[in-house]
Amino acid sequence: MNMILIALVTLFCGGVLALVFNRSSRWATILGAGSAVVGCLVGLWPAFQGLLGGGVYSFRMPWAVPGGEFYIRLDALSGFFLIPVFGLSALASVFGGNYLLAYRDRKRLGASWFFFNFFVASMALVVVARQAVLFMVAWEIMSLAAFFLVTFEHEKKDVRVAGWIYLIASHLGAAFLLAMFLLLGRASGSLDFDTFPVPGSIAGAVIFLLALIGFGTKAGLVPLHVWLPEAHPAAPSHVSALMSGVMIKLGLYGLLRVLIFLGPPAAWWGPMLVVIGFSGAVLGISFALCQRDLKRALAYSSIENMGLIVLALGLGIWGLTGHHPIVAALGFSGAFLHIWNHSLMKSLMFLGAGSVMHGAGGRDMERLGGLMKRMPHTGGAIVLGAVAISALPPLNGFVSEWLIYMALLYGGLEFSGGGSVVMLLGVGVLALVGAMALLCFVRWVGIVLLGEPRSEEARHAHESSRWMTLPLAVLAGLCVLTALFPGVLVTSFAGVINEVFGFSLEPLQQAMTDSSALTVLSGVNAVIWALLGLVALFSIRARRRGGVAEDSTWSCGYLAPLSSMQYTGQSFSEMMVSRLFLRSFRPKMRVVATQAVFPVAGKMTTSYPDTVSRVVYQPMFTWLAGHFARMRWLQQGKIQFYMLYFVVVLLFAFAWQVVRHWLHYE
Amino acid sequence: MSQVFMHIFILLLVPPLLLGVIGKTKALFGGRKGPPLLQPYYDLIRLFQKGTVFSTTTTWVFRAGPVVGLATTLLAGMLIPFGGHGAPVSFAGDMILFAYLFALGRFFTASAALDTGSAFEGMGAAREVTFSCLAEPALFFCFLVLAKLSASLSLTTMLSGTCPLGTGVEAPALVLVAASLFVILLVENSRIPFDDPNTHLELTMIHEVMVLDHSGPALGLIQYGAAMKLFVMGSVLLRVVAPFAAPSAWADWGLFILGMLALAVVIGVVESAMARFRMVFVPTFLVAACLLSAFGVILLLR
Repeated sequence: MNMILIALVTLFCGGVLALVFNRSSRWATILGAGSAVVGCLVGLWPAFQGLLGGGVYSFRMPWAVPGGEFYIRLDALSGFFLIPVFGLSALASVFGGNYLLAYRDRKRLGASWFFFNFFVASMALVVVARQAVLFMVAWEIMSLAAFFLVTFEHEKKDVRVAGWIYLIASHLGAAFLLAMFLLLGRASGSLDFDTFPVPGSIAGAVIFLLALIGFGTKAGLVPLHVWLPEAHPAAPSHVSALMSGVMIKLGLYGLLRVLIFLGPPAAWWGPMLVVIGFSGAVLGISFALCQRDLKRALAYSSIENMGLIVLALGLGIWGLTGHHPIVAALGFSGAFLHIWNHSLMKSLMFLGAGSVMHGAGGRDMERLGGLMKRMPHTGGAIVLGAVAISALPPLNGFVSEWLIYMALLYGGLEFSGGGSVVMLLGVGVLALVGAMALLCFVRWVGIVLLGEPRSEEARHAHESSRWMTLPLAVLAGLCVLTALFPGVLVTSFAGVINEVFGFSLEPLQQAMTDSSALTVLSGVNAVIWALLGLVALFSIRARRRGGVAEDSTWSCGYLAPLSSMQYTGQSFSEMMVSRLFLRSFRPKMRVVATQAVFPVAGKMTTSYPDTVSRVVYQPMFTWLAGHFARMRWLQQGKIQFYMLYFVVVLLFAFAWQVVRHWLHYE
Repeated sequence: MSQVFMHIFILLLVPPLLLGVIGKTKALFGGRKGPPLLQPYYDLIRLFQKGTVFSTTTTWVFRAGPVVGLATTLLAGMLIPFGGHGAPVSFAGDMILFAYLFALGRFFTASAALDTGSAFEGMGAAREVTFSCLAEPALFFCFLVLAKLSASLSLTTMLSGTCPLGTGVEAPALVLVAASLFVILLVENSRIPFDDPNTHLELTMIHEVMVLDHSGPALGLIQYGAAMKLFVMGSVLLRVVAPFAAPSAWADWGLFILGMLALAVVIGVVESAMARFRMVFVPTFLVAACLLSAFGVILLLR
C-alpha cells in the first residue's frame, strides 16, 4: 500500500503538466485542479487508516543530499493532519478551478496551478516526513510555493509587500527550526526522527523554545503572527482557505511532533502555552472585529482560533503534569477537535469570501451589502460558517469551545493556588473572547450580506457557479455533521493523543459516562435543530393566516431611505473599538479640518495598524536597518570591487586551510 | 414525567404574566389604574392574528431572527430548575450551553436588525453585541461562584439551594453574585434604568430598537421570547436569592411562581423609582457587575 506515494506523485506530475500547458488556461486548469482532486482523494484513504491506527506505512529510499534520506512514515498523528490536508485541498482545488478562470485574460494560470499542486504535495510531505533534512526541504517547498501563490496578483503593490513580509517571517522561523533539528540530532549523530534520544531537561527546554518560536511563526501565535493578516488576504481565496485552514495547523503538527521527541513535558510548558493561547485569542479577535477588509478580518480570526487551540493544548499538558487526568483529557480532546473544526469553518469562510469577491468584485466591506438576495447559496453557507466560528450551538465550533471551557472549569475547581486563579479568570476571558467573536461575525455577515448594496458592483453581484458553491455546501454539511457526532470524532482521536502524550482518554470517557456529556451535547444540538424547525413552522403558519405584505423598511418617518444611511462596518464596531479598547489598540485617525469660510469637502482617514507590529517589529527592524546601513559602503556598485571581494574570500579560505592543516599536524 | 410537563407548562404560560405584574406595579406607583394583569396575553393573541409586513430589503435572516430568539430561550428555560424541582435537561457544563443559547439568539436578532438596512436598527444591533461583551464574562463569573460553592458544573445542582443566602462564610460571595445577576437581568432584558422596553424612538435604546421592523406574528414571537427570557433569567436570580423548597411538589411550584411574581414587583418598583441612565453608563454598570462577581470568585479562593 503506497497510496501516499501515488498521491504525491500525482500531485507533482499534475503540477508539472499544468506548467507545460501554460498557454491554455483551460488545459492548465483541468490538469492542475483535476490532478489535485485525484491525488487528494487517493491520499485520503491511507490518511484515515493512519488516524485509526489501521496500517502503519513506511517507505525508505536513499537520497543523494548530504545527511538526507527519503524516509516517510504514516502514523496516527500524521493521519490526523493528513485528512484536512487532502480533504480541504480537494475542495479548494474544485473551487479554485472556477475562481481562477476569472483571471484567464490577464494571467497564465499554469504557473499558479504548478505552485498549488506543489503546495499541497509539500504539505502532505511535511506531515509524513521522518527525517530532518526531508522535513526541512518539504517545509521550504511549502513556504516558497505559498509565497508564489500569495503573490499571484504581483502587479499590486500591497500584494508584493504582503509576500515579502511572509517570506521573511517564514524564513526567520525556519532558521529556528534548523537550530532545533541540529540540537535534536547532536546526541545520536543522525537526523532520522526515529533515532532522536529524549534530551536532558536543559536541552529539552531549549529545544521546546526553539520549536515554539519556529513552528509558532507558522502557526501565527502571538506575537509572531504579524505576517498572517498580510499574507492571507493577499492570496487568491482558495489559497487563503488552505493557508488558514491547513498550513498554519502544520505549525501545530511540528510542535506536537517535537513534543513526542521531548518525552514527558516539563511543568512550565502547560502554563506558558495557556498564556500564549489566551493572548492570541484576545489580540486576534480584537483586531478581527475592526477590519474593513473582509479577508483580513478572517485572517485575524484565525489568529484567535490558533490561540484557542494552543490554550487547549496548554490546558491538556498542564493537566498532565499536574496529575489531573480529566483536565488533561478535556484539554487534549478540545485541542484536537478544534483543529479539525477550525479547518472546516475557516475554509468555509474563506471560500465564501472568495465567492463574494468573485460575484461582487471586491473585498472592502463598506462597498458590499445586500448580497444575500443576489447570492443566496453563498450567503446561506457563510451564515452557517459564521455561526459555527462564533462557537454557537448547534454547530461544531461550540462543541470544541465547550470542551475548552470544561477543561478550564475543572481546572479552576480542582487545581490549587495560582493555577486555579488563572483558570477561573480564564473562564471570564474566554467568555469575553466568545462575545467579541459574535460581534465580529454579526458584523461580517450583516455588513457584507445583509441590508442594501453599498456600491454599484454589489448591486449587480451574481451568484457564483455551481463548482464554487458545491465545496461551500460540502463544508457546511460537515460542520453540521461534526456537531451532531462529536463523540465519534473524539473517540477516534484517542490514538493520536496516546501517541503524542502517552495518555489515554479513559478518564474523559469515565467522566463522560457520569454525565455522558458529549452524547448529551450531540442530543442537545439535534434538539436545537428540532426546536428551530418547530418554532419556524409555527411562525410560518401564523404568517400565512394573517397574510403578508411587502413595503420598504420603516425609517422612522423618513420617506427616502438610502443605502448610505445604513450602519457601516466601521460604525458597527466603533463603540467597542474606540470606547472599550486600551488606547494602544484604538484606530489611528487623521482628520484634515477645513479652514475655508464656506463649506468644502473635508477628509478623514482611519487605519487599524497591528499594535504588535507597530510597537515591536517596526522599531526593531528600523533599528536594524539603521545599523545595517553602515555596511552600505561595501556595495560600491563597481565590478572591480566585487572581484576584489571574491579574491579576498578565496585568500581567506586558502589561509584557513593552511592554518588548519598546520594545527592538525602540529 | 409529570414534573417535566409541569416545567414546560409553566415555562410556556407564566412568562407574560410577569410583564403584566411589572406594568401593574408601575401603574400603582404612578397613581394610575393600569392595564389588566393579563394584558400581555391579549397583546400576544392579537399580534398572532395580525398580518405581517416585510421590508423589501429583508431576506430569510430577518424572518429567522424571532424564530431563533424564541427557540433558544425555550431550550435555555429547560436547563434551569424551577423551584425545588430539577431541570428537565441537566448535565455537567450545561451552564455554558445556557449562556451560548442566548448568544445564538443574539446573533440572529442582531443579524435580522442589520438585514433591514435601517440606521436605527443597525445602531441597536451594534449596542447589543457590544454590551454583551461585558455582560457575558459577568454571567460566567456568577456561575463560577455557584459552581465553586456547590462543587458542581450543572445548573440544577448549582441552583439547588445547598448554599442559602445569608448563612455561612459564602454569604458575601452570594450577595455579590445576586447584585451582579440583578444588573445582568435588567440589562439583558432591556429594563429601566438601562433601557426602556416601552419607548421606540429614543436614542438610548438597545434591544427595542433592533425589532422596529418586525410586525404581526413575528413581533408576537419577539415579545413572547422577551417575556420568557426575563422569566428564565429571573428564575436563576430567584434560586440564588431564595432557594427555598416547599414540602410537597405542588406547593413547591406555587411557591416558585409566587417568588417570580415577587421578583416582578421588585423590578416594577425599581423601574418606578429610577430614571433611565444615560447610555454611556451602561458599560460602566456592566463592568461593575463583572467586578462584583469576579470579587465573589476571589472571596471563595483559599
